[in-house]
Amino acid sequence: MEPHLKNSLSKSKTYWFAIPTIGWMIWFLVIPLIIVFIYSFLTKGIYGGIVYRSTLENYSRAFDWLYFGIFFQSVKLALFTAIFCLLIGYPMAYALATASQKLRPVLLTLLVVPFWTNFVVRTYALKVMFADQGPINSLALSLGLIDAPITLSNSYAMVWLGMVTNYLPYMVLPLYVTLEKFDFSLLEAGRDLGASGWNNFWKVLIPLTKHGIVTGSILVFTPALGEFLIPDLLGGAKTMLMGNLITEQFLKMRDWPFGSALSMVLMAVVLASLVVIIRLWMKESEASSSETMRDAA
Amino acid sequence: MLKLIGIQKSFGNFTAVRNVDLTINDGEFFSILGPSGCGKTTLLRLLGGFERPSQGAIQLDDRRIDHLPPHQRQFNTVFQRYALFPHLSVWQNVAFGLQMKKTNPTELTARVEEALELVQMQEFGNRSITTLSGGQQQRVALARALINRPKVLLLDEPLSALDLKLRQQMKVELLALQRKLKQTFIFVTHDQEEALTISDRVAVMNNGIVEQVGTPQEIYEYPKTLFVAQFIGSINSIEGEVKAVTQDTILVSGLARRPFSIKPSRDGQRPLPLVEVGTKVKIMVRPEKLKVLKSPPGLEYNYIEGILKESLYHGPETRFLIEPKDKTNSCPMIQAVQTNSAVTARKPFASGDRVFTAWSPEDCILMGAEGPLPLPEPKTAEILSDELPIQNVVLN
Repeated sequence: MEPHLKNSLSKSKTYWFAIPTIGWMIWFLVIPLIIVFIYSFLTKGIYGGIVYRSTLENYSRAFDWLYFGIFFQSVKLALFTAIFCLLIGYPMAYALATASQKLRPVLLTLLVVPFWTNFVVRTYALKVMFADQGPINSLALSLGLIDAPITLSNSYAMVWLGMVTNYLPYMVLPLYVTLEKFDFSLLEAGRDLGASGWNNFWKVLIPLTKHGIVTGSILVFTPALGEFLIPDLLGGAKTMLMGNLITEQFLKMRDWPFGSALSMVLMAVVLASLVVIIRLWMKESEASSSETMRDAA
Repeated sequence: MLKLIGIQKSFGNFTAVRNVDLTINDGEFFSILGPSGCGKTTLLRLLGGFERPSQGAIQLDDRRIDHLPPHQRQFNTVFQRYALFPHLSVWQNVAFGLQMKKTNPTELTARVEEALELVQMQEFGNRSITTLSGGQQQRVALARALINRPKVLLLDEPLSALDLKLRQQMKVELLALQRKLKQTFIFVTHDQEEALTISDRVAVMNNGIVEQVGTPQEIYEYPKTLFVAQFIGSINSIEGEVKAVTQDTILVSGLARRPFSIKPSRDGQRPLPLVEVGTKVKIMVRPEKLKVLKSPPGLEYNYIEGILKESLYHGPETRFLIEPKDKTNSCPMIQAVQTNSAVTARKPFASGDRVFTAWSPEDCILMGAEGPLPLPEPKTAEILSDELPIQNVVLN
């Protein structure tokens, strides 16, 4: 039975299973990207649209100081979102991974419940929750915790709150997967060898779950960098971010070539920084091991 | 000296360890043996500090330690699956304990090298844990646990993950290591052969209770309870009734026309229990004490007549399964084991042969039908079983 099965599903044939995915990715990701890439070198028509005359002007405009500021704001927000998602998400994932077999499916379901509602509705709900006359302010007022309603809507804090709320599951899920596979007897071994809770955390738990930390951070940081809806809805479109900037080029300014150029730049920066982060991380773990070896010699 | 006094551990309604009293001497190779779920691992975790006892106290050199967390005890553990840090090299794993103590680099290096040498892993310092074989991982785990120079080394079934050949080899190495370091080793296992071969003393556990503590020989030859008799090795158990009691012999009926006679063991370590005529008892005999004969033995032997059903050839010995002529439900088959000396290797018996299996009255263990029988001077037996063989006493 087994050799026969091996023959019919030999390695040389199983790659056909990937064809639908590959086809999908080519049609809906690679080709659109190529189009965007080509557009970024073309000229805007007078009434919008594209004129097929090649130029580098879009890129020279993209490197204007004005856009550097916007880019910096976007990176700051994405970075803060990722860091706070990590700070809140790590304990959450830890609790999930160590919960009893009975409780775990319940907690996991609670984690994905937000995905069952529409993203825009969810974000609007947050806006309502924290509005001047919203439930949170009313409650705090009636309890006498505050004298006047705290205005959160259309503020940077509100944007940040919305970002963390929205992106938290993307951090928790990969962390949970890593922590679930983590051998908790290693922490016992650490304690047995004299490690305090602090040392055990930094020397055993964190290094062994860093894969989940990196994956989660990338999953949060990358889309957060291009996010435009949350800043729009919760920030009142006051702060211009990369996402809004690009959206505006396409929808309002009808400057598709410039929007394309901005997209390409953003993508290149994200890609480059990811490569750098991953390289650095790899080097760090190699360096730390060779360092100890040097001590030994 | 490590003392456990009235240790009890419950998880909710379940009591894993019940009223355990143990004294473990310095430099002793002490094993805790029992089937899975008997509470042996819980007991080890209590010693390691990973669990707190619900009742009772643990004392190390008359100082109470059961409230201390693991890193404040002078104990180290070799975990069942080793729990080596996969992100660290062999060298870093071994150094971990000393780094936590902030040992200065010169001493740290010297001691790591020393520990690696102790387990013959000097060459492997640079290697990643994941590239090591099971036996090598085992050695690294030992070196890592020993580097802190623990007062007591706890080993949680450390050999169970290895294959048979390697297990035999590591067993010998472990014993040699312990003899060299003269440290107290507490070794938890479900493998009776392991426990018997390498231990100075063994505690046999069942259902959270320590059934018997003694040297391997005492445990095997003079089991005090039915469980110990049946768990360690194999044993024939014949039910009967006491017919007569004299100064040095008890006569028991059962399975044969002639009553079985039971005498105290030759070395006097097992006296005759106190029984009355009419008591229901079990006669227990180890298979290797039985001889298989073609004709009835002399009057001084007990014997059972039967039909040889099966001869199982094991290489060094042969196991005979004999169906008693007057078989009962409680004893459908008698097992006898004989070494394959030149005579038996020629296969003198064939299946279906009428055979007589015989044993000396001194080789029987007499148990009550429900449990152990009272002994005449329990104190003597107690002292004997708790006494440590001279060669194992190590003065610190």
